[in-house]
Amino acid sequence: MTSRDLILGRIRAALGEPAPPEEQPLPRHYLTTHAPDEPAALLDLLHRNLADYRARVHRCTDVELPARIAELLATRGTRTVAVPPDLPPDWLGAVTAERLADDGTLTAARLDAVDSVVTGCALAIAETGTIVLDAGPGQGRRLLTLVPDHHVCVVRAPEQVVASVPLALPRLDPARPQTWISGPSATSDIELDRVEGVHGPRTLEVLLVTPA
Amino acid sequence: MTGTFLGMPAFPQAAERAVRDGQLRANLRHATHTIRDKRARAVAELPDWAELRAAGKAIKDHTLRHLDRYLVQLEESVTAAGGTVHWAADAEEANRIVADLVHATAETEVVKVKSMATQEIGLNEALAAEGITAYETDLAELIVQLGDDRPSHILVPAIHRNRAEIREIFAERMADWGRPAPEGLTDSPAELAEAARLHLREKFLRAQVAVSGANFMVAETGTLVVVESEGNGRMCLTLPRTLISVVGIEKVVPTWRDLEVFLQLLPRSSTAERMNPYTSLWTGTTAGDGPSEFHLVLLDNGRTAVLADQVGRQALRCIRCSACLNVCPVYERAGGHAYGSVYPGPIGAILTPQLRGTTSPVDASLPYASSLCGACYDVCPVAIDIPEVLVHLRERVTEQGGHPMERAAIAAAGYVLDHPALLTAAERLAGRTRALHPRRLPGPGRAWTDTRDLPEVPAEPFRDWWRKNRP
Ligand code: SF4
Repeated sequence: MTSRDLILGRIRAALGEPAPPEEQPLPRHYLTTHAPDEPAALLDLLHRNLADYRARVHRCTDVELPARIAELLATRGTRTVAVPPDLPPDWLGAVTAERLADDGTLTAARLDAVDSVVTGCALAIAETGTIVLDAGPGQGRRLLTLVPDHHVCVVRAPEQVVASVPLALPRLDPARPQTWISGPSATSDIELDRVEGVHGPRTLEVLLVTPA
Repeated sequence: MTGTFLGMPAFPQAAERAVRDGQLRANLRHATHTIRDKRARAVAELPDWAELRAAGKAIKDHTLRHLDRYLVQLEESVTAAGGTVHWAADAEEANRIVADLVHATAETEVVKVKSMATQEIGLNEALAAEGITAYETDLAELIVQLGDDRPSHILVPAIHRNRAEIREIFAERMADWGRPAPEGLTDSPAELAEAARLHLREKFLRAQVAVSGANFMVAETGTLVVVESEGNGRMCLTLPRTLISVVGIEKVVPTWRDLEVFLQLLPRSSTAERMNPYTSLWTGTTAGDGPSEFHLVLLDNGRTAVLADQVGRQALRCIRCSACLNVCPVYERAGGHAYGSVYPGPIGAILTPQLRGTTSPVDASLPYASSLCGACYDVCPVAIDIPEVLVHLRERVTEQGGHPMERAAIAAAGYVLDHPALLTAAERLAGRTRALHPRRLPGPGRAWTDTRDLPEVPAEPFRDWWRKNRP
């Protein structure tokens, strides 16, 4: 007998009579959202919650975006910036740092020497202050936003902002690898003192972009 | 479970030691109270917490009732997405599978992201016996590993260590495991975290094989979910070529949608955050992104025995948030190590004896390591009635009779009863917690409780009984 059969057999024996197939639907009396259904208020909530978990949050219009990205990188003193291959080209239009587009061959060791990474996202969740990356357009492979110490992430409002976790999941494709990010990496393992940044990017900057 | 913790003294002796250790108690008290208060605020933000909790309980119960079906579905989904599924009936088989998978890569090192299942089966020790070094990468687990120590809390496993001790461990031991601690390392948490970052980064960049657990597995899609804070999980799940995840069979949930419940319940109940810093979700393998080989090892190791017990089965709903530890007056004084397994606190008191059986003194004593105050039930995000299971397991211990077991058990009860502060705390909590307490005390206390309901029981008579009957 294989262990598979053994385990499945043990489960069936443990359960006894097979449960009737027609069951009551599971109780889902919780709320779909706890946030206001109004784009400006939702964006404010996202802003507050991101900042509360110590992401640095900036706002600008789509017209201002290239200048703001350039400014953030310059302030940081970034010399090399990694980007996904399909980042909208104008986003880096004003950037002077050396650009490294990931063609699929960038290694973790190479990225370890890169100062910053700039990406878009799949969506952002206002109630929890979360940014979701799903390796979709403008986001690149997972290691791109993991190894460099400085991550600049662009969120387009209102279309990429959802209120809650229940509203986020239906918009995400389970087949894609996902990283949900809520503030920079942190630990409270030493006497419960919160320390920002252990292994992921220690600085997370979020640009909330609205149409001009 | 394997012998990781064999040779552990029964609960009362181990607890006694902890109670005498002033530093440990101060650390524990600070930790549990801090998280407890933060958690209450995070939960209070959601007006529908009770409904989320009810849904979490219902989804888990439903899954357990159809566990065979959902595991088969999960296997199909993971396989279709490019993963390979292995079934391990016990710890030994799981360790064998992992060791063989690592051997097949010709590597002798693996990086690990904190996983209770792999601690439960003693994977690191089993790999070491095969010439494979497993590096723990969670900061707290690193502290535990470098200090040759044992975890004492689910969420903050090194909570029994203060910063000066951690500095010492890093300064003395890091060099033996890889990159040494920086010269002149102080005990500031930021510096200690930086030392860990540097020490582990070279391991992440070099690692070809990672071992993880998972918080959830989605049957419908084959997706695994790891919830974490530091980013070491992302490193392990993304950089190596081969990923091996060892996960208990009870971690499956039916649908993608079900995550909307657990991704709200877990962070708030565990780290008291709206959302934890990083959550990774992956489905099989993705070409050009992350590991090219993914193995899922489904672990039984006693879980089906728990499933067979209709009262005890609810322990399998546990999502390992650790909230029950932080409100437990016994845990706060006894510390995590007293529970003699990787699962400390109230959940350990009901899970360990069911997974391992009640044939060793420490396991037989665990159901008595409680004052039945009910605070654990109150905070549990999946509404596990821990006191109910404790009482049920006490019956089991008593029925099996035999002296060493019963003595150990009674000694544990005695431990709780001999520390009046515990009972006072318990009673205070009980007053404003649940209406439904176990109606009768089983075992030695039974004759006395037969005639009355437990909630009205004043502490004094039981203590009197105790003094008369103590071994
Ligand atoms: S028993 Fe409940 S409260 Fe305790 S760790 Fe498990 S889920 Fe959390």
